[in-house]
Amino acid sequence: MNTERQLLNGDEAVALAALHAGVLLGTGYPGTPSTEILEAFDQLGGRAQWSPNEKVALEVGIGVAFAGGRALVTMKHVGLNVAADPLFTATYTDVDGGLVVVSADDPGMASSQNEQDNRHYARAAAAPMLEPCDSQEAYDYTLLAFEISERWKIPVILRLTTRVCHSKTLVVARADAARPAEPGFRRDVPARVMIPAYAKPAHLRLRAKLAEIAAWNEAEGPNRRVPGSPELGIVSSGIAAMHAMEAAPEASHMVVGMTYPLPIEAIRRFAAGVASLLVVEEGDPVMLEALRAAGIAAEGKPEMYRFGELTVPRVRRILAGDTTPEPVPPRGKPPELCPGCSHRDVFEVLRDMDCIVAGDIGCYTLGVLPPFSAMDTCVCMGASIGVGLGLRHTLPAEQARRVVSVIGDSTFVHSGITGLAEMVYNPPETGHVVLILDNSTTAMTGQQENPSTGRTLNHEPTGKVDFVALGRAMGIQNVVSLEIVGEGEQLPALLNDLLAKPETALVVLRQPCVLAAPKIRFYDKAALEKMNQACAAMPAE
Amino acid sequence: MAKVTNIVFGGLGGQGVLTASDILADAVARAGFDVKKSELHGMSQRGGSVSSDVRYGPTVLSPMVPVGEADYLVVLEATQVEPNQPVLRPDGILIPPDVIPPDGLKNKKSFNVAMLGALSAFLDIPEATWLDAIHARLAAKLHRLNDEAFALGRKSARARFNLS
Ligand SMILES: Cc1ncc(C[n+]2csc(CCOP(=O)(O)OP(=O)(O)O)c2C)c(N)n1
Ligand code: SF4
Repeated sequence: MNTERQLLNGDEAVALAALHAGVLLGTGYPGTPSTEILEAFDQLGGRAQWSPNEKVALEVGIGVAFAGGRALVTMKHVGLNVAADPLFTATYTDVDGGLVVVSADDPGMASSQNEQDNRHYARAAAAPMLEPCDSQEAYDYTLLAFEISERWKIPVILRLTTRVCHSKTLVVARADAARPAEPGFRRDVPARVMIPAYAKPAHLRLRAKLAEIAAWNEAEGPNRRVPGSPELGIVSSGIAAMHAMEAAPEASHMVVGMTYPLPIEAIRRFAAGVASLLVVEEGDPVMLEALRAAGIAAEGKPEMYRFGELTVPRVRRILAGDTTPEPVPPRGKPPELCPGCSHRDVFEVLRDMDCIVAGDIGCYTLGVLPPFSAMDTCVCMGASIGVGLGLRHTLPAEQARRVVSVIGDSTFVHSGITGLAEMVYNPPETGHVVLILDNSTTAMTGQQENPSTGRTLNHEPTGKVDFVALGRAMGIQNVVSLEIVGEGEQLPALLNDLLAKPETALVVLRQPCVLAAPKIRFYDKAALEKMNQACAAMPAE
Repeated sequence: MAKVTNIVFGGLGGQGVLTASDILADAVARAGFDVKKSELHGMSQRGGSVSSDVRYGPTVLSPMVPVGEADYLVVLEATQVEPNQPVLRPDGILIPPDVIPPDGLKNKKSFNVAMLGALSAFLDIPEATWLDAIHARLAAKLHRLNDEAFALGRKSARARFNLS
């Protein structure tokens, strides 16, 4: 094992630790800033899979852990909303193999639709949470998370943030990472079948586990004190700790590595040794409120610093109590759809036809910007279909007939299929039209595969979800597939026709993403060669 | 806290900004420093602005260069000077793209490495360490081309900024 210093970003550090921890399977759904974890794990030789969405990824992870294997499940912050249902009950169960869920939060919304603070989930789901502040800690805490998970048979959340994921810092790997036991089935019905009769005692067990973990965190948890002046004590966690230590080098610091359950008595002792206590945390005042609820007098940041990332200058302002307006950073060049991107053709048509567009999330969300200005709603992945149906149900008929739902291929598999079921089951009087923009990749996050590309995470051929067959089988009245190159000119007439009918329609518009196309050709060729070799090796009859 | 050197790279998606900052971070790590490098990934493939921060010294805490504290600002695209300018400290050094003579490069793809050569003229890192870091990051068949680009950048910056 390489135990020299390596320069890794937080995602790569988690992947390396997963390898050293003997993770049997990494599952997840792409999402900035978490995507590189599984990609790096695959490149290091680990077994990694993209799931259709985060809920399925976590469920597969739970299965691995029930079978006694170690599982790593990765997602961005909003992914945990999708995976929340299994999470909230997985904590009631006993996992045999370690189960670590990575939540990569995006304060400041570098590439997200909201800046929710997933520390709330730790408390709500009663899952222990570790928060590294650099790549070394990302590595160390991943290993620690597996140890905690197995010791108390509980899923553990590793919370990263954009700057931890995407900053490179030096990492020294541990040569002695503990290896997990061999997997195997062990029947344990009361610990894994959550019917009320078993879930009631399971909830009591969960609270008992948390009490033990809290005691462990108080005594030997990954929490550091950096001695300094007794005038000011600062409690912080994650990347905010780095900013705080730089902005206030003279202060006493306590950096909390396990933020749920909090080491509240250790913090109380730290508070007793300083004249005033300040909590420096990114996002919501989660630690501040917990400290105050425990009767520890502490100050937090002014409300304006809830928004966006913290930085060293912002922490200096917090220390100075400065609430004057902050300098607005100059705007760089915003991203736009690539030249030649097939989404361009579609949004030109939607704009020219004056459609009301219920949009979704992906590269194509850029259709909202000029020169297209052809998107009217965007909430969360998959929402285009439900929102489009709601608009149809409510608008006057002549407006309702202009409503179209637009969704990418990866987003459709992620959470559009249930929307189609809704359309078939509760069709609006004017009908509805759903467009799938199928560019054969998950482009937005850097061209990952998905169940409709027919290739696995590492681009090997596998089963493929067929949108047209799916639409037909679900009972949609009109199902059409169109190649944008060659058949694209037919789109306006086709749309006109479908919008005029009081029927349900699914239109699959195909053209590979221009950035992914050369790679797709390469993968296809490699697959073909492999098949030919296999055929040649087959014995003749 | 001992002195930390702050460097910011700016440019557009596809120009190799992140590769350049990777090479710098590796070079200073090889030279024995603590180093942190930070940037935002995600939308760069669609041609938007990209910037990357590298900080090195005996110990580095925050990975982001505070506004107004960059010692060097290396910009790969002329339009990106203005949006990045505020990060530079008042007496910090701007290395603009025109430091590289327009027809000096055999292949435009090595422009980012030429800009690293320009930056190298200011930093106390052995030339061999730079080349090790470049070779570690790029495929072997690109080494010659990039060695030349690096040398061109280094020479051009020395002439332009009157460095010895
Ligand atoms: C719950 C959730 N998970 C992940 C993401 C990140 N994300 C946004 S869109 C998207 C997929 C985009 O792929 P696709 O729908 O195929 O459109 P494309 O970018 O290829 O045009 C991903 C992974 C998110 N916003 N929300
Ligand atoms: S990456 Fe692909 S899908 Fe995204 S804008 Fe570029 S061509 Fe279009």
